Amino acid sequence: MKRHLISAADLTRDDALLILDTAEELAQISSRSIKKLPTLRGRTVVNLFFEDSTRTRISFEAAAKRLSADVINFSAKGSSVSKGESLKDTALTLEAMGADGVVIRHGASGAPHRLATWVHGSVVNAGDGTHEHPTQALLDAFTMRRRLGDLEGRKITIVGDVLHSRVARSNVLLLHTLGADVTLVAPPTLFPIAVDTWPCQISYDLDAVLPKSDVVMMLRVQAERMNAAYFPTAREYSRRYGLDLARFGRMQEHAIVMHPGPMVRGMEIAAEVADSPRSTIVEQVANGVTTRMAVLYLLLGGSEPAIGGDQ
Amino acid sequence: MNAASRPVEPGSARAPHGDQRHKAVLEAPDIRRALTRIAHEILERTKGGENVVLLGIQTRGVTLARRLAERLEEVEGRPVPRGSLDATMYRDDLRMKPARALGRTELPPGGIDDRIVVLVDDVLFSGRTVRAALDALNDLGRPRAVQLAVLIDRGHRELPIRADYVGKNLPTSKSETVKVQLAENDDRDVVLLGPKEVAP
Amino acid sequence: MSTYLIKNAQILGGDAQDILIRDGEIAAIGRELGEAAAQTVDAQGLIALPGLVDLHTHLREPGREDAETVESGTRAAARGGFTAVHAMANTHPVADTAGVVEQVWRLGAEAGYCDVQPVGAVTQGIEGRQLAELGAMADSAARVRVFSDDGHCVSDAVIMRRALEYVKAFDGVIAQHAQEPRLTEGAQLNEGVMSAKLGLRGWPAVAEEAIIARDCLLAAHVGSRLHVCHVSTAGSVEIIRWAKSKGWQVTAEVTPHHLLLDDTLAESYDPIYKVNPPLRTREDIAALRDALADGTIDCVATDHAPHSLETKETEWAEASMGMVGLETALSVVHEAMVETGLLDWAGVADRMSYRPAQIGRLAGHGRPLEAGAPANITLYDPDVRAAVDPANFASKSRNTPYAGLELPGRVIATFLRGRPTVLEGKLH
Repeated sequence: MKRHLISAADLTRDDALLILDTAEELAQISSRSIKKLPTLRGRTVVNLFFEDSTRTRISFEAAAKRLSADVINFSAKGSSVSKGESLKDTALTLEAMGADGVVIRHGASGAPHRLATWVHGSVVNAGDGTHEHPTQALLDAFTMRRRLGDLEGRKITIVGDVLHSRVARSNVLLLHTLGADVTLVAPPTLFPIAVDTWPCQISYDLDAVLPKSDVVMMLRVQAERMNAAYFPTAREYSRRYGLDLARFGRMQEHAIVMHPGPMVRGMEIAAEVADSPRSTIVEQVANGVTTRMAVLYLLLGGSEPAIGGDQ
Repeated sequence: MNAASRPVEPGSARAPHGDQRHKAVLEAPDIRRALTRIAHEILERTKGGENVVLLGIQTRGVTLARRLAERLEEVEGRPVPRGSLDATMYRDDLRMKPARALGRTELPPGGIDDRIVVLVDDVLFSGRTVRAALDALNDLGRPRAVQLAVLIDRGHRELPIRADYVGKNLPTSKSETVKVQLAENDDRDVVLLGPKEVAP
Repeated sequence: MSTYLIKNAQILGGDAQDILIRDGEIAAIGRELGEAAAQTVDAQGLIALPGLVDLHTHLREPGREDAETVESGTRAAARGGFTAVHAMANTHPVADTAGVVEQVWRLGAEAGYCDVQPVGAVTQGIEGRQLAELGAMADSAARVRVFSDDGHCVSDAVIMRRALEYVKAFDGVIAQHAQEPRLTEGAQLNEGVMSAKLGLRGWPAVAEEAIIARDCLLAAHVGSRLHVCHVSTAGSVEIIRWAKSKGWQVTAEVTPHHLLLDDTLAESYDPIYKVNPPLRTREDIAALRDALADGTIDCVATDHAPHSLETKETEWAEASMGMVGLETALSVVHEAMVETGLLDWAGVADRMSYRPAQIGRLAGHGRPLEAGAPANITLYDPDVRAAVDPANFASKSRNTPYAGLELPGRVIATFLRGRPTVLEGKLH
């Protein structure tokens, strides 16, 4: 039985479209005066956050609450987890509380896989280490589809620290599933070895790719990476891979700019670009709640999940 | 005349999967007459259809609401606001099946506050869909009154719900199914009565 | 001391013969031997091998007796057909003084299941900065000949050079854990398709190969003996083949798990597959098998690394590295090398007994089965096949990657200097 959403690879094309279509219907809820549905009444969703991420936690919390689920926020900071309780013990605690769904954010790649072997409820990966962040990819795809329509054949360029990015991994997998044409752009040091086995193109040259792109998604680049010699200086990175106004001007008229946040203005993206009408950065936040509602509904709303992968 | 007892002409009762176990209890002209009658009843009961909003329940109720709206407009000479309602998220049987795709909920521009909302559905059976639709309506606004129009009332209510307008009362047993097919959704207009399909 | 008569054993897989054991030695080998006073062991259908020798075992004592003790580890060794194991130095305290190595050696002798030959640390506290008292350990009762900072790489080229030079005085060997530390900071999994997919920090093959290349050149330069621990990549094999072609004194080992398992197993993120060096690709496995078959890699060493349950029931990145291996080694080699036709049983005897004993300078082990040799003998049933059940292990730890996997063969008896440590498949 399909129970979890841990990797974007868990989703078939039909699954992904079902989530996006469902999100499209749910999007109206946020414009109503009563932004609530009774669908998950009596179900318990635990937000298990081992890493600080207020924005993702709030997004999942809002999504679960709008579906009337009981939400328990479990932040590892200041809890028994920081006193050495293992992930397994935490999982068994959740199990005892009867969690129907566990939304987990963890600094270690694969933590959601491990959790899924210890709990009966559905596990939703809200970002694990440098592995994946499938709901981010879903909200990104949802945002693109609202702006551009069907993603089949669309040229989507993802720029930045691919090596350490869970957003890039999930987006490549999901967008490929949806028939889009993805190009990753980064300095060679910020690609994983064997990236050529991924279902996408790679390029070291942003300027060559930019004019052909329908979507340009900028990833956050941590300035500290230069200390590990991934690039010489933040300024050089910005000059070669930053989306400044001049580059923005060379994009197609209809092309949009995305960023999963939090952004480093001036480093990977110029403030004027981030704030332009063609930037979807604010929409992405609103779409996050809607998309996560769709995921929670489809995993927890029925007798068994309608999407996702086995573990 | 009882449609269920009417002799069935060979070929006219093509079942969805080509078997002969489903028989047509209403053909296209019957459906047409039933809708026309409902339209007139609505106008009568609502004093000319002033303030009426037709809300079709997904999926075939939406088609029926559109047809009713056309008839009302023909008679009254002005458009009647209509929309669609998907009550999936309010259903009480969600946990008995895998989660399913949602239909569209679309209210007419004027909304439903202080209007007479006529919910339109194809078949009234247990009443649970209508119950869910009433709950959904509650979250969408505050109508002055809510009425219910259905093409078929097949009985076996499980909740205290009744229709204000009925195209055809169709006595059935619980082991039977009633399928409404409409040209817009299914290529032709027909109401089929047949045995409950057993999962393979 | 008892006299044993092993009937109808296939010596190194050859024709059935009888082996008479008396006074700790092999008294005679031949057909239809009779000895009225002897206890008879029916070895019909069993293969007789010289007692296996492991160059690379973690017994965890002193320090982590919750994971393994000398006694439990040597019981596991006996069950796996071993008559001698080299106990690695990364204990707490580290085996970097004569006192610690003598303690381990004595614990082994007291337990009596298997000879325990301590390995001495190369540097004090295996910290890589200052040489340990190698000579004192060599001269101790434990007679240490193999030195290793295993778990850590002696990455400083000067320290490595000096260590190689220094042990020449007592015919020692430096067993290097080849892992360039800067290239493997936080490394989790072989760098390649799987690490990219799983978002686990890559552990590049070059981090192993660069150290091996450097150490081969250093060993050649100072004319000393280098032993390369747990070779895991096709590139390492090429470098070692090249060094051997020059006539340099370089030897190498491969673990059973690197002969069988590949990095795609990490897909489950189950740290049972987390090990140092990491599991590599099918191409690496093929190169390692070929190298073991042609002798480029001299021997199989288990790198038996017991870990308590809680250090494996975690996130991948948090988990300890290592797998137990003593009780499955022979079956895995059988599966990977014999079933594939790459080695015959004489080859297995060479790679799992003669050569490791030679490298470790272990007198009394790794001798061919012939009259006059110490009676270190393993009887192996090659015809059974069964799923591995960790519950049956003698080891205190259960961190085996083979649980539930069907493997061939079973050790039926192990004789240590004429005394059975395992008989009828059970510890004796």
